[in-house]
Amino acid sequence: MTEEIIIAGFGGQGVLSMGKIMAYSGVMQDMEVSWMPSYGPEMRGGTANVIVILSSERISSPIIRHFDTAIILNQQSLDKFESSVKAGGVLIYDGNGITRHPERKDITIYRVDATEEAARMNSPKTFNMIVLGGFIKVKPVIKIENIIKGLKKSLPERYHNLIPMNEKALIRGEEIITEVQKA
Amino acid sequence: MEKELRLMKGNEAVAEAAIRAGTDGYFGYPITPQSEILEYLMEANPGETTGMVVLQAESEIAAINMVYGGAACGKKVMTSSSSPGISLKQEGISYIAGAELPCLIVNVVRAGPGLGAIQPAQSDYFQSVKGGGHGDYHLIVLAPSSVQEMADFVELGFELAFKYRNPVMMLSDGAIGQMMEKVYLSPQKERSSDSPLWATTGKPASRPRNFITSLDLDPYGQEVFNNKLQAKYAEIREKEVRYEEFLCEDAEYLLVAYGTSARVSQKAVQILRGEGIKVGLLRPITLFPFPTKRIYELAGKVKGMLSVEMSAGQMVEDVLLAVNGKVPVKHFGRLGGIVTTPEEVVENLKSKIIGG
Repeated sequence: MTEEIIIAGFGGQGVLSMGKIMAYSGVMQDMEVSWMPSYGPEMRGGTANVIVILSSERISSPIIRHFDTAIILNQQSLDKFESSVKAGGVLIYDGNGITRHPERKDITIYRVDATEEAARMNSPKTFNMIVLGGFIKVKPVIKIENIIKGLKKSLPERYHNLIPMNEKALIRGEEIITEVQKA
Repeated sequence: MEKELRLMKGNEAVAEAAIRAGTDGYFGYPITPQSEILEYLMEANPGETTGMVVLQAESEIAAINMVYGGAACGKKVMTSSSSPGISLKQEGISYIAGAELPCLIVNVVRAGPGLGAIQPAQSDYFQSVKGGGHGDYHLIVLAPSSVQEMADFVELGFELAFKYRNPVMMLSDGAIGQMMEKVYLSPQKERSSDSPLWATTGKPASRPRNFITSLDLDPYGQEVFNNKLQAKYAEIREKEVRYEEFLCEDAEYLLVAYGTSARVSQKAVQILRGEGIKVGLLRPITLFPFPTKRIYELAGKVKGMLSVEMSAGQMVEDVLLAVNGKVPVKHFGRLGGIVTTPEEVVENLKSKIIGG
């Protein structure tokens, strides 16, 4: 099993940390993982992206141009990465601020309106966990209990009180993600 | 004791491995994409646990000269930087090589020349392998291609540096420095309190004076010393070549690549094998000494080679020397901080070697 993922959005949306949580969860499941962030000028105001690979085998190239899943969190990233999803692959996007929706017919498209939902839940910071919840609903490569285990391991103890809120957000994401188009 | 599993960036792995290897001192100056090394060490504050000195120097030049001083006292000392900073250190590196001192220098390479770009490149090969500073000297050059190797090569680097009294360069790149992977860390080693016999730590009555210098005003004496250095490099070439082979046994074509390019090339091998084309990968782990002999042997078995490096073609010169005209050898690599993709490697092997 190998799942090649790109997560892309604005700096500050928690793109890199969502990828980190995925990678940690993969480690909890004894998988091989790689987490390759963009660290160029784009992260200094503008778009940020990270490539996460989860695999049962040794990972060769951590840098790739075609993905099984693209998680897209703003318009620029949609414009840039829609074409990078492998045929038959998955594109997940948050509709907030999107004026040109994805157009490809050969991929499965899901929408998870996490920005809106996070505001409704009164916890904008859990935005990325709602997205992550949506991802694991459609691609159950990592389990929710391993995400929680990963959070416990990676977060300093003083933040452990925030874990239940994050779990709630993950579950909410699983609930609200909807299929827009089947490949 | 069992190794500890962590998820870390390559840069963080270097820093943590340095603490655990019982390093006496780290002297550095921040520069992207390797600043996490200094940041991690500052936060870990090993001065309170192992007694390791961690110091942000006033410049790269100061940092390498602090390394020179620490090494002269027989201490396990290191520095790290990225390409423009490594250029600044070259005078010190030449002096350290000339004074035959052990140390570890980590270069997390970014694109050049000049300030270049902050993204990954492999265009410092010539600088690392062919000299960099002035005079006839060589560094031992280790090229990690994973976060695990960035950790492992700290200990290996110090081991080789002390064995040969020679500076060791870990030649990484921005991609491996910035990416996170699983890493198994060795248990904490104690810092050693005994100095090597050659260290300048004060002269007891029991032995003659120790000298650490890179100067000999008598050219005949300097020539004797140069020949001694060359004999050492010959021994290193003989004993310390390290490389990894991936599907080379039945290969008809060979990719040669190190660091990030080796990871990309491994994927290219998988793609090509899927198409029924028998391709193998030779990954030099030591760039000096270079796996010349093994590449020459493989040149007798394959129809052609492609050297893949994020440069305009530096390592390819060593591949050409090793192959010595036996089979065609070409270079491919993206420049400017663009990481080559596996698909591009596939295309270039096909157009330059298989169809060429």
